[in-house]
Amino acid sequence: MAELSVFDQPERVASAIPNRAGAGLKPEHVSEILNSKTSVAFFEVHAENYMGDGGVPHHQLEAIRARFPISMHGVGLSIGADGPLDRAHLGRLKALNERYEPGLFSEHLAWSTHGDTYFNDLLPVPYDEPTLTRVCDHIDEVQETLGRTMLLENPSTYVAFEQSTMSELAFLNEIVRRTGCGLLLDVNNVYVSCVNHQRSAIDYIDEFPIDVVGELHLGGHAPDVDDAGRPLLIDAHDREVDAAVWDLYKRLLERTGPLPTLIEWDNDVPEWNILLSEARLADALLCETKGSRVKSNARLAG
Amino acid sequence: MHVLQGNALSPLQLEDFGRSLLDSEADIPAGVIGPDGKAAPKRFSVYRNNVMVSLIEALEQNFPAVMKMLGPGYFKALSKLYVETHPPQSPVMMWFGSSFPDFIDTFEPLALYPYLGDLARFEWAWLQAYHAKDAEIFDPGVLSDLGADALAELTFDLHPSVRIVQSKWPVLSLAEANRFGTRSVDSIEIEGGEDVLISRPALDVIVFRLKPGAASFLIGIAEGLSLGEAAAQAESLNEMFDLGAVLRDSFEAGAFIKVSM
Repeated sequence: MAELSVFDQPERVASAIPNRAGAGLKPEHVSEILNSKTSVAFFEVHAENYMGDGGVPHHQLEAIRARFPISMHGVGLSIGADGPLDRAHLGRLKALNERYEPGLFSEHLAWSTHGDTYFNDLLPVPYDEPTLTRVCDHIDEVQETLGRTMLLENPSTYVAFEQSTMSELAFLNEIVRRTGCGLLLDVNNVYVSCVNHQRSAIDYIDEFPIDVVGELHLGGHAPDVDDAGRPLLIDAHDREVDAAVWDLYKRLLERTGPLPTLIEWDNDVPEWNILLSEARLADALLCETKGSRVKSNARLAG
Repeated sequence: MHVLQGNALSPLQLEDFGRSLLDSEADIPAGVIGPDGKAAPKRFSVYRNNVMVSLIEALEQNFPAVMKMLGPGYFKALSKLYVETHPPQSPVMMWFGSSFPDFIDTFEPLALYPYLGDLARFEWAWLQAYHAKDAEIFDPGVLSDLGADALAELTFDLHPSVRIVQSKWPVLSLAEANRFGTRSVDSIEIEGGEDVLISRPALDVIVFRLKPGAASFLIGIAEGLSLGEAAAQAESLNEMFDLGAVLRDSFEAGAFIKVSM
C-alpha cells in the first residue's frame, strides 16, 4: 500500500465517473490495486462498510479516492420501508458524501428495516399507489438531505405481491417523474427478475427510460428452481456475469451508448485479476459501442 | 396476476413479512405470490435464507475466535438462535453483535465453557478498537524533565481506540490460539485470569497482556483520576501493582493522546 500516514489528506482526482467500467471495491484487493499500473476507471463502495469512525477502512478508501473517482452505493437505507427513514443513517450517508465526494450516489428500490429490526436483505415492495407515495417521499428526503440527485436501482425479486396494481417499469417511471431522481439500471437484476416472473427481459430493457439512467450494474446470479420446478435465479453476486446478461447489456448499449458500468462481485470474492478481467470485458464493449442517446445525463452526477 | 381492490399493503402486512423472515416456523405472509398468482413458499424462503445467512456471516466476521472454538456448525446454530432473538437494529453490520457475549453467558448448553462469553467480549472490544476514530498519540518524551510530584499530578486522555478487558479467564491466550495463530491450542490451561489492553495507535490493533493492577490503574485514568490517584487506587487493590511497567506498556501501545499538567 502507498505509504500514507493515517492523518494525511492526499490530493484527489476529480469526482466525475467516466463512461467506462468500474469494480466493486473489496478490502482484500486494495493493496494490489494501489500497487498496479493498470486498473479500472472507478470503484464503487457500499456506504455501510465505511460507517466506522476511523482505521483501516477509511485509510484504504482515502488512498483509493486519491487515485480514482468513486461511486457510493447504499444498501441499508430501506427506502421502501413503511416507517420513516432512519435519520441517523441518512446523516451518516451525508457525512460520507461530504468526505469522499462520490461522483454518483445510489440506493435500492427495496426495504430492509421494519420497526427496530434491520433484516440485512433487499426486500421487495408491492407496486401500488400507497407504496409509490411513500417511496417518493423518502427519495425527496434523501435528495434534500444529501443536496444531490440520487440514482434508484431496479431490484432483483423472487416473489410478487397480489396487491400490486402497476408494472415495475410504470412504478419506476412514476418515481422519476415525481422526484426527479435518476435510475441505476442493474442488467443482471433485469434478467433475474424477468426469468423469475416469466416476463421478457428484452422488452424490459427496450422499454427502460434510458434518458435518466446514470449507471449500469452487471453481476453474477445463481440458478435454482421454485415451488413448481420453474427456474428461479438468485442475485448472488458470487460468479462471472452470465452470457444472457452480457447479451442484454450489448443490446442496451446500442440504445444508450457508453455509460458508467460496474461489475459487482460480493460473495466468494475472487482474485483481483478475475474481477479486473470481467471489468475489461465490459470496458471493451463500452469502447466499441456506436450507440448514443440524445439527452445528456449531466444532472445525475450532481 | 389478479388485483384485490382496497387491499393496499398496510404496515401490518410488512410486519407479517418481517416476522416470517426471522421465524422459520411461521406461515409465509398472505399475498406473496409466484408468476402463476399462487402462494410461493419456496420463493419466500429465498429471503428467509438471505437474511439468516448474511446475519450469521456478520457474526462470523465479528467473532472469529468464538467460531473457531465452537466449530462452524455449532457457531451457525448458536448464531441463528441469537439472530432470531436479537436481530440487528442498525444497517451497519460492524455494529452487530454487541449483546452476543451476554447471550453466550446465558446460553445454558454452553455452561461448561464459561470463558466463551469473555472471549466474545474481547473480540467485540478488538472490533471497536479497529473501527475507532484516528488520533495522534502523545510523545512521552515531554515528561522526561518532570519531577515525581509533577508527574503524580498529570492526567491523560486515552486514545479513542483504547479498550480494557478484564477477565477471570485467560482470554488473550485463547485469542492467541484461536484467532491470531500466535500460540498453540494445546498450550492453554483454562485457569488464571488475564487483563488486556487493546489499542490502535495507527492502523494495526495492538493487544497487551496487563500486569496485576494495571487494568484498574488505566480505568482510573480513563475516569479522569490523576496519575498519582490512579496509581494509589491500583496499589490498594493489588500490592503487586507496578507503575513503571504499566506506563511503559501504555506508551508502547500508544494508549495516550494528551497529557494535562
